[in-house]
Order: sequence, then structure tokens, then C-alpha cells
Amino acid sequence: MMAIMHRLFRHKGAAFGVGVIALVVILAAIASILYPDGPWEMVGGIFEPPFQRAHPLGTDGLGRDVLTSIVYGTRVSLLVAFVSTVVAVTVGVLVGAVSGYFGGRLDDLVMRVTELFQTIPSFVFAVVLIAIFTPNIGSIVAAISVVSWPPVARLVRGEFLAIRHREYVEAAVVLGVSTLRIIFVEILPNVVSPVVVLASLMVANAILLEAGISFLGLGDQNLMSWGYMIGEGRSTIRDAWWLSFFPGVAVVATVLALNLVGDGLNDALNPRLARRGRA
Amino acid sequence: MNGALYIGQRLGKGVVVVLAIVIVNFLLIRMAPGDPAMVMAGESGAADEVYVAQLRKAFGLDRPIPEQLGIYVSNIARLDLGYSHRMQRPVLDMIVERLPATLLLTITAYLFSLVAGITLGAIAAARAGRLSDTLITVFSLIFYATPIFWVGLMGILLFTVTLGWLPAFGMASVTAGQGGLALGLDVARHLIMPALTLGLFHMAVYARLTRASMLEVFDLDYVRTAHAKGLPRGRVVRMHVLRNAVLPVLTFAGLQAGQLIGGAIVVETVFAWPGIGRLAFDALMQRDYATLLGAFVFTSAMGVVFNLLTDLAYLALNPQITLDR
Amino acid sequence: MTDTPILRIVGLSVALPTGADRHHAVHGLTLDLHPNRTLCVVGESGSGKSLTALAVMGLLPQPEVRAVAGAIQFEGQDLLALPERAMRRIRGRRIGMVFQSPMTGLNPVMRIGDQIAEQFRFNGRDLGVDPRRRAIELLASVGLPDPTKLLDTYPFRLSGGQRQRVMIAMALALEPAVLIADEPTTALDVTTQAQILKLLRELQERYRLAVMFITHDFGVVSEIADEIAVMRHGELVEHGAAGRVLGQPAHPYTKQLLAAVPSLEPPRRAPVVAPIVLQTQALAKTYRSRDRMFGRRREVIALRNVDLAIRRGEVLGLVGESGSGKTTLGRVIVRLLQADSGSITIDGAEVSQLPRRQYRPYRKRVQMIFQDPFSSLNPRRTVGQIVAEGLLAHGMPAPQAHARARELLRIVKLSEQAAERYPHEFSGGQRQRIGIARALALEPDILVADEPVSALDVSVQAEVLELFEEIRVRLRPAMLFITHDLRVAAQICDRVAIMRRGEIVEEGPTSAIFAAPRHAYTQELLAAVPGAAQLALGQAARPVSATVLEHEPK
Repeated sequence: MMAIMHRLFRHKGAAFGVGVIALVVILAAIASILYPDGPWEMVGGIFEPPFQRAHPLGTDGLGRDVLTSIVYGTRVSLLVAFVSTVVAVTVGVLVGAVSGYFGGRLDDLVMRVTELFQTIPSFVFAVVLIAIFTPNIGSIVAAISVVSWPPVARLVRGEFLAIRHREYVEAAVVLGVSTLRIIFVEILPNVVSPVVVLASLMVANAILLEAGISFLGLGDQNLMSWGYMIGEGRSTIRDAWWLSFFPGVAVVATVLALNLVGDGLNDALNPRLARRGRA
Repeated sequence: MNGALYIGQRLGKGVVVVLAIVIVNFLLIRMAPGDPAMVMAGESGAADEVYVAQLRKAFGLDRPIPEQLGIYVSNIARLDLGYSHRMQRPVLDMIVERLPATLLLTITAYLFSLVAGITLGAIAAARAGRLSDTLITVFSLIFYATPIFWVGLMGILLFTVTLGWLPAFGMASVTAGQGGLALGLDVARHLIMPALTLGLFHMAVYARLTRASMLEVFDLDYVRTAHAKGLPRGRVVRMHVLRNAVLPVLTFAGLQAGQLIGGAIVVETVFAWPGIGRLAFDALMQRDYATLLGAFVFTSAMGVVFNLLTDLAYLALNPQITLDR
Repeated sequence: MTDTPILRIVGLSVALPTGADRHHAVHGLTLDLHPNRTLCVVGESGSGKSLTALAVMGLLPQPEVRAVAGAIQFEGQDLLALPERAMRRIRGRRIGMVFQSPMTGLNPVMRIGDQIAEQFRFNGRDLGVDPRRRAIELLASVGLPDPTKLLDTYPFRLSGGQRQRVMIAMALALEPAVLIADEPTTALDVTTQAQILKLLRELQERYRLAVMFITHDFGVVSEIADEIAVMRHGELVEHGAAGRVLGQPAHPYTKQLLAAVPSLEPPRRAPVVAPIVLQTQALAKTYRSRDRMFGRRREVIALRNVDLAIRRGEVLGLVGESGSGKTTLGRVIVRLLQADSGSITIDGAEVSQLPRRQYRPYRKRVQMIFQDPFSSLNPRRTVGQIVAEGLLAHGMPAPQAHARARELLRIVKLSEQAAERYPHEFSGGQRQRIGIARALALEPDILVADEPVSALDVSVQAEVLELFEEIRVRLRPAMLFITHDLRVAAQICDRVAIMRRGEIVEEGPTSAIFAAPRHAYTQELLAAVPGAAQLALGQAARPVSATVLEHEPK
């Protein structure tokens, strides 16, 4: 009984995840329609508590509506997360594929570099990068991409190393298939599923990174971000808890949704071969 | 014999990594827009022309780049991490002053994340499909999705503001007695929330990883052999499954140690914990790059050390690495 | 001597989860085990034999797979009805089990001594023995040298054969009355297998064990069985004394299985008279691995000074055990690996030193058929794409290539519709046929077959070997047939080369080598083949022998 519930929960989880992400995307798209004045406008009293009709999530110290800010915050989160993930995955796949297929000294070098990136604190490194190159949306995306590509490269490299010695790849070599074709037609399609799963987790991680960066005050000053809201609410947490609470819930919900989708993809793309009761 | 060789090799590797970090640091300074000397001087020092000229000479900025790198590396090797114009103190001094606080926090958080994570993951795996497994999985999923600084703030909201059980700021109360035990207890009380905050995210990661690893090991041949020998289930899970399943988790944890340490920058800020992370945050706010970069190098080196120590623990559990194959 | 059975399986049925190929893995099975007798349970994959063993031990992977009917009577109890705690007391204590894969059957992070001793602590406390001393005795009794030192060793230091001995020692540690062995020698070299079979025989006699020996190999069966039970699709189809079942099989399936086992007597073949197509001289290869962790170099000499020659239309068998270098040699010949020194000539032209681009045209002439049907086909490409790949790579236009691919599928006796399907929809034997079609696409005159039938059930194996015989007749390639199975080599090869530790120790016409082997190793190999003496196989009508005799070259 519990086993079935568990399995259902998983599938339900992925469905829930997809639903939440769809909601976030829709909100990001129609934010200016819902709240044409933007999030920076003073629309109400100062520190209005939540759960009332006019301002369901309350207002902040400058009379700005929290719900409006959260809706606008979806844009930054999605933009940063998706763009940085696309860049990181592209770089990571290229580096990992070349390193994994050709091996040798190049592979050693790539391994050392990715290990280095993995050992040093990514968040601090990103912060340092952004601080040095002045905070704006471009440097934020770039910094997150820089610290995110190594795990992709390691994964792709590992997969290439494993698949390169499979018999069907050897058969292609013996048949005289060109190296390029082998990489793209024989190996890459088999690497796609773990990369897709990793990509969904990376989007989630990018949102967390961006939130942390904005929390520390290094976000783009022109864009409303959830991390920024949490940071702003810190000093008044005793009196206006809702300022930090709701943006955090938004982050958790979005990241959780992405993780659930990643898990669901993992289950779907790597199904356990059903036990055929082999005797 | 070979064990010592292995340790030596890992140490050597660690040194190389730290060297690489130093070089990265150097590159960062050079790549920053503007004059490297201005960068190193920071916001406050940039105005001081004499100071900037001094910096230029000290770092040999008029010399060719390889020489500059050499100077920089040799400085670091002599533990000269630069000078903070803002605070009017050598960076190293400030870091060393705050090192114990950060060590206390990060080591506690690291151990907590490992012990709690592995335990929860093992329980979840042993009772896969049952209620406890579902609860632990949900619990892990949520903490895996939660930003550390928000957990900290919510913790303060709950435990300090609402319930008044735990202190929110600093490492020790001003009013605490100077005596050993009383001080220790006071510090411990202050440590609870920051350490938990820092460790909960990684605890969730290790719990999930342990659970997955154990489920894989459950299917392996030697576990089946153990059952066929008539051993009690508890023994099989502990000695045969867990001892093998925990190995990849340890490897991963060692590599992730740097990320945990990096989280200290936000946790120390939220809880006003007097550590290197807090120092880095202040330096960030004041655009005191010398201190910021010094803290970066230092925390990275700490990550390398944590990784090494975890490798040693791994060594104790997996004999295949040391012994001659 | 009919003594009372010590274990009785009565009407056992094991159900599979919904969605599996069939409802029951085992259906209505009734078998007895007697003390001091070995019962061999024989069947192909999917016959239910392993699940039967697991059912006896109470180790079925529940709840997906579970016993739904019948009883297993043992020492006054029905094992199927016992609660887990009681069943645990029986496992290891009264019934011991040895599994198939010794390389993965031992806990890698526990010392051998501890793995044996823990049983005494947890399940045999009342035996009152000193675990350490007893462990030493056990290790000695299974023929392992230096048992005291072995106690503190970790499994990774031991070879496959040694590990299997340890597994047997563990299974017998608490002196059970019954021993179940599930394919215990399948993963071992033939010489090691012979030793383990001998050991099991000795132990059975010494301890008066009731042994249930599961296998798919009739050679092994003929070597050690007192009684034989043949299973198919979960049902018992034949049961009786060993001599009777082997000599006068009653059920058609049994007859079919026995007929499919290649005879150890090679059919008469005239020597092939044709020009030499492929020749190697002084081929050498050493593997050097940089152990990154230590910076130490490990050297394994895979090939030492290998000379061989294959003529057009000739099948040269390359026989050896693991580590002999036969796989390396095959891969060097198809240029998946490069030799360190020596030469390979095709039709007199030296090719081993050619750079990649210049070698490319030769790719069409040298092709390979791989061993593992489950990893030799790309799971993400259709069968048609897989077979056409070689043709496309050498410039044939796509429509033509795909048409030819369909033709090839017909030649290997698969339907043309197979071209649109994916590999996972096919069985092991069918996948091997696809692999053969792929290799034949370029019409090579040199074919290297690397253990092409080793992973197949014996009846499927016979069909694929038939296919090989047809290919040999139609295309007359120079074929290098790599195998560890001497029976297969006897049936299909004109000449045979025996390899050991990177060298060819003996070579010659198959019938000559099998009748009168000269090198000591060859003699050892031939003597170790299970059932060599007992099985008088090969008298049933055999398509293989028939076609061979038809082809005396002019």
C-alpha cells in the first residue's frame, strides 16, 4: 500500500512541479498586464500587514505592494536561471565531450580544472566576480554560468568515457564511421537524458544563487528580485515578518518545483528494467 | 607504507589546488576593469594617491606580468595577503582573528550535515516505501529547495522573536560569565541556529544521496550472499549495505565541503557571527577588495583542507585505495 | 539406494508481477533432494530454475515475485509457511547457497575472515566453535593455500576461482545438510571450473550433502549429476537418473537441448587450399596504465610475438581462457587497437603501420562481430539505421543503403519490418543476427567474430552457428573465430590456435589438435571440458556436420 502511495507521490510531485513552473512562467509573461505600474510604485500605507483585500501579502516600508513585487520577481529569477543554464550546459557539454572522447592530456587538464571549481566555494567566487565587474544583470548571469559549467562537463565526460568503450561505438569505428559522426550520432543521443536531468537541477540551483547574490545587495538595482526583498526585510523582521517570508516561499516553491520535475524526468528517462523473473 | 604515500600525494595535490586558486585570484585582480592598483586599494584607498603609488611599487605593477605573478605568489607564500586601507590593518591579521569562529561554525555544520544526512538517508532506504521514508524524502526535498539565508531568518523569527528560546546574534552574550563552562554553554546556545542553518541544506543533499546509494547496494550480489548466510537484517544493513553505500556519499561530501564553507558568508551575516564570512560581507559592502579577495583565497584553502580530511576518513573505510593492488 | 528425501518441493508455483511475459515463473514444480546425491536442474534462461532455488531459501524478491502455491518440506516444516525469523535460522545453518558471480558476491570492504566468522556470531552461537580456528579449517578444506594469511585479506586480492572457493567455504561453514549452487561455475574459466566441480564432488561425499546444482550447461551436468531435472518455462519436463536422461531422453525438449550441444569431436574437414588473405607476424602489445593515484605504472603484456595466417574461406579458431590475449588480438586485427610492434598484412600489403586516412579503405575489408548482444547495438537507433551505417559511412546514397540493409536482414533470417524497430524489441539471438547483418553489409573478406555465441542460450547458439556456416559457404570470408568454448571451436573451425598469456602455444587442423594435442596446456584444456568423457553427443542429425562434408574444395 505504502509503496503504491510512494510511487504516486513521485508522479504527483512531478506534475505539481510542472504546474508551479507553468504558473511562474505565466506570471512572468503577464506581470506588466497584471500590475502595469510596476513594483516600485508606492501604492499603499507603510508596513501594511498581509491577508487583507487590498494588499494580500502586505506592503513594505515604502508602501510598495509585496504581491506585485513577487510577481515581477519571477522575471529576474527565470531570466537569470534559464540563460545561465543554457550557457553553462552548452559550454559544459562541449568541454566534457571533447575531454571524454579524446582523453589524454587534454582530459587530465579538464579534470583538474573542474575539480578546482568544485572545491572552491562557488557562491563566494560568483560574489567576487560580480563585485569586481560591477553588479548588473549581465555580470550576474555570466558569474553564475562560470561557476555552473564544471559539473556538466564532469557528467558529460564521465558518460563519454563510459559509452566510448561500448561495443556499438567500437562497431562504428570498425565500420569506418567518421569521428564527428560517432560523437554526434552514436554517443550524444545516449548522453542526453542525464544532461537533461542535470539541467533542470541547475536551473533550480541558479535561482538559489541569484537569490543569495541579491540578498547580499549585489543584484541589479533596476530589477526587483526575491533575494533582494528578503534582504530588505531583514532589518524589520521583528515587526514586518511578511516582507521576508513571502518572497522566500516563492523561492522555495519554484526551486522545489524544478527539483520535482528533475526527479520525474530521471524516473521517466532511466526506467528500471522491469524484473522479468529471469530464472 | 603505501598509506603514507597516498596521504603525501593528496597533500601535494592540495597544495597545487591552493596555488591554482592564488593564480585565479591574481587573474581576477588583473581582469577587473580599471587599474589593478586601484582595485587592490579599494574604495577608500583609491583616493589616497600616495598609498596607490606604494601599492604599485610593492606589487611591481610596472614589471612584466610573469614577474608580477611571481611576486604575488611569493607574498601569499609568506602569508602576506595584503593590507586593508579601510581597516588600516593587514588582511591576514583580520582573518586569523576570525578563523576560530568560522572553524567552529563550519566544522559543526559539516559534521551535522554528514551525520544527520547519512542517518536519515539510511533510515529512509531501510524503510523504503513506508511512511518514514515518505516523510524523510519530503523533508529533504523541501530543505534542498530552501535558500540558507531565508532558513536563518525564519529560524530567528520562530525561535528568537516568537518563542524566545535561542539567541539570534553573535557568538556569545555580552553578559555571559568569563568562566569556562558557562562561556562554553553560552557559545553552544548561540551556535545552534547558525550551525543548523548552514548544515540543513547539505544534510538534505546527503540524505537523498545516501538513500539512493543504499537502494542501489541493496540489489547487489554480496548483499544477497549476506542474507543467504542467515544474518539478521540489521547486521546486513549496517555492515554490508551501509558500509559500502556511504563511500560515494563521503567522496561527494568532501568535494562539496567548499560549498558549505561558502555558505558561511550569508549565515554569518544573518546571525552576526564574528567569522571570516562576516568579514567578507563587510569588505564587500565597503568595496574593500583586498580583504574580500584575501577571504576568498582563505576559504578556498579551507575547502581543500576539509576535502583532504574527508579523504582520510574515506581511506579508513575503503581499504582498496591504500593497499598495493 | 532409495533413501528418504531430505527436502521435498511439492507443487511449487511462483508468481511474477503483472505485466511480465507470463503469470508464473514456476508452475506446479515437484522435486526431491536426497542426501549424498547431486540433483542437476537444467534449463535455459527464463526456465525458472534460479527462482526455484531462491524460493527454497526464502529469498524471492518479494512482494513482486512470490510463492503462491505448493509447499517445501524440510526437516518437518513447510519452508514457505515459516515466518522470517524461523527462516533465517535455516539459512546458512541447514541450507547453504552458492551463487553465480564470485567477483561480486563478497563484501569488498570486509576481510575474508570476518565474512566467514560473522555467521558463527549471528547464526551459530550454539555450535560453540572458535570462529577464527574454524574459518582457517574451512578455507583449507576448500583447497585454498595459506588460510591464516587469507583471513586478513580483502576480496579484491583474490582471483575468481579463489573467491568461489571462499563462497563455498562460507556456504558450508555451519555444516548445513543441503547445498544449493546456482550456476557456480558459469563465470569461471574452463580449467578453474573443472577444479571447482571436483571440489564440490569431494565436499558432497565428505559431508553427505544433498546438492541442488543449477546450470544451463549439459557438459557440466554430465560430469557431476546423479539425477537430472529439466525445466522449461517454469515447468518440469523431464526428471530421472542421470544416465537415463542423457542416454535416452524422453521429452522432445530434452532431446532438442542435447542435440544443440556441439560435439567435442570435430567433423572431418579437408584443409582449405586458397591464398592467404590475412597474416600477422611478431605482433606484440603491452598495456601500460598510469595509475593516477600513485603515479605507478602497471604493465600487462597482452600479446607476445603472435604469428598467424588465415586463408580465403578458412575459419581459424582462436581458443583461450581469460587473460590469454585473444580479445586483444581480435581488436588489433580490426584496428580498434594498435599493436606496439609487428606487422599485419592483407593480401600481402602491410597495413598496421598505415596512418588512419590511408587505412580507411581497408575498413571495408575487415569487419567484426561482437560478443554481447545487449551492448553491441545502439539502443537509440533503429535496426535499419544500424545495419546501414557502414554503407552510409562509405558513401552509398541513403535510399540504396537502406534497401541493402533490408536485404541483409532477410539474409540473416529476420523480417524486413525489423528495420523500423529498436534493438530492445528483439531477443539476444535476434540481436546477434542484426550484428552479423551489420558486419556483412560492407562485404568484408576478413571477419573477426569475438565470442559471438557465448552469451546465448544453447538452443539459440545452435541456430546462430548454423547462420555462420551459411555465411562461410556464401561469402567464403577468412574468419577468425574467437571463443573459449572448445565444443564450438570443434564444430565450426577448420584450424585452431590455442592461446595462453599472449602467445599461441599450439596451432593446427582442428581434428588433429583435438585428437592428439601436443602442448601440455592444450591437453589440460581438453581434459577440463566438462562432460568430455560422459557425453556421447553429436550422433543426432546435425546440419552443421552435413554442410561441412559437402564442401571439399577442388
